[in-house]
Amino acid sequence: MTMTTAELTITPVSEPYWTSLRCGRLKFQSCSCGHKWLPPRAECPSCLNTDWQWVEAEGTGKLISWVVYHVAYHASLNDRLPYNVALVELDEGPRLITNILDASDGRGLSGDAPVVLDTGATKACQRSQFRLEHQPANANLT
Amino acid sequence: MNQMSGKTVIAGVGATAFGKLPGRDIVSLNVEACRKALKDAGVPKDAVDAVFVKVPTSSREFMFGQKVCEALGVQPKIGGAWDQGGAANISLISFAAASILAGQCSVALICYADNPRTGNKQTYQRPRGDDAIYGWFSTAAGYAMIQRRHMIEYGANAAALGEIAVAARRHGAANPYAQLRKPLTMDDYMAGPWVVDPLRRDDCCLVSDGGAAILVMSAEAARTFKVPAPVPILGLGQCQTSWDVQLRPNLTSTVADVSARMAFEMARLRPQDMDVAQIYDCFTITVLMTLEDYRFCRKGEGGRFVADGRIQIGGELPLNTSGGLLSETGTPGLPLVIEGVRQMRGSANLQVSGAKKCIISNQGGTMHTHSTLILGQ
Repeated sequence: MTMTTAELTITPVSEPYWTSLRCGRLKFQSCSCGHKWLPPRAECPSCLNTDWQWVEAEGTGKLISWVVYHVAYHASLNDRLPYNVALVELDEGPRLITNILDASDGRGLSGDAPVVLDTGATKACQRSQFRLEHQPANANLT
Repeated sequence: MNQMSGKTVIAGVGATAFGKLPGRDIVSLNVEACRKALKDAGVPKDAVDAVFVKVPTSSREFMFGQKVCEALGVQPKIGGAWDQGGAANISLISFAAASILAGQCSVALICYADNPRTGNKQTYQRPRGDDAIYGWFSTAAGYAMIQRRHMIEYGANAAALGEIAVAARRHGAANPYAQLRKPLTMDDYMAGPWVVDPLRRDDCCLVSDGGAAILVMSAEAARTFKVPAPVPILGLGQCQTSWDVQLRPNLTSTVADVSARMAFEMARLRPQDMDVAQIYDCFTITVLMTLEDYRFCRKGEGGRFVADGRIQIGGELPLNTSGGLLSETGTPGLPLVIEGVRQMRGSANLQVSGAKKCIISNQGGTMHTHSTLILGQ
């Protein structure tokens, strides 16, 4: 089950971000002042100028925190229960909300664990998807 | 700020019933609370020249301050509504006190009402912006994310959070006006189902219909009006985190420490001077972090601080003595202020014997906003 992008509010500023994710690529904004950030916004929240560009992330980072939903707050999420929502900090600095694959109920997750972007899964579901660095794709976790 | 300490007072307090109030609209609930606050102070409505209203959480309102003033039949010099989540209540007391001492007004009502219980609970279950495509929904989940990080940095906290829930429910059980009067044991707490793991059912506050109001004026005006039981405002502070949860460089501390420092400096008091505390308990993790940020204990030591009944009535720092948001009412902020006023008047249901100083915290969003009030005698 995937939610459609119909629930997104795509703006001229955020459109490149979502278009990249649909190609399995995660980008962040980088300003000439040195500040790097997500989510997309028109002005740099550090220097307030607009002299920034999109930069592709290496796709590596660490797990800051996560929660596990056992109750769906939206009908479209029923099929995903239980599922995790995670907070990841990219090695470049920006933080984002995402999901960690193969850890739907949170088992195996630990604070500051290294995580990597799964480009295939990201492309397939049109939103960033990470997995633990030390856990290869399709690992049997049962 | 220091010269403000003790120059303004809470002259009167009022509240509606809490819980399910079908058929009541939020303007009416505000008016009932204001009527009771004026009666409590013994001050005529015509004396009111400022009305500070906190906007409701569960519905979008436009020109809401003026709607309330129209229903109150007053034309205040200062009037309007402020949007800051739960922190707005004490923030508005701060604005009222400063305006009074600046000579811009003299008698101010601060009020709030909402009816999410019989009305619309959607706000609490809302999609969190574009990140909803990851399944990121609800107010509770933001606090759960913070709670997990606190566990990562400082170790398991379920027992500590359970102590907070058990204390609130013990106090609420003794409050005839509390919405949830069923006591809670630690075993009940641990057995509670996940709301959003690691948040358990009893970590989460109530959802309530209700309204509350307080009347603020100068200490001098309170003497002129012969207010029977004015409670001096000794300290006030505010600070705003602003960043949403996922963007905060530090999840386990908020700018609550700045807000508390402002209030303690204004009052020329320290945490150890407090006899009783009303700490905003929308979720138990909020209480744990606020106690740490307020320097009642060091960061990460909140679990030890709340253990062994210290925060229960009869303990060293009784907390949320009317049951707080976890047990008395989910109506945010002002009921905690009202319980602080009762403690300072010596008229609380669970009165802390000899209490002379009370600290009250309010916060809003997902720890986005914070404000602090210190009351005395």
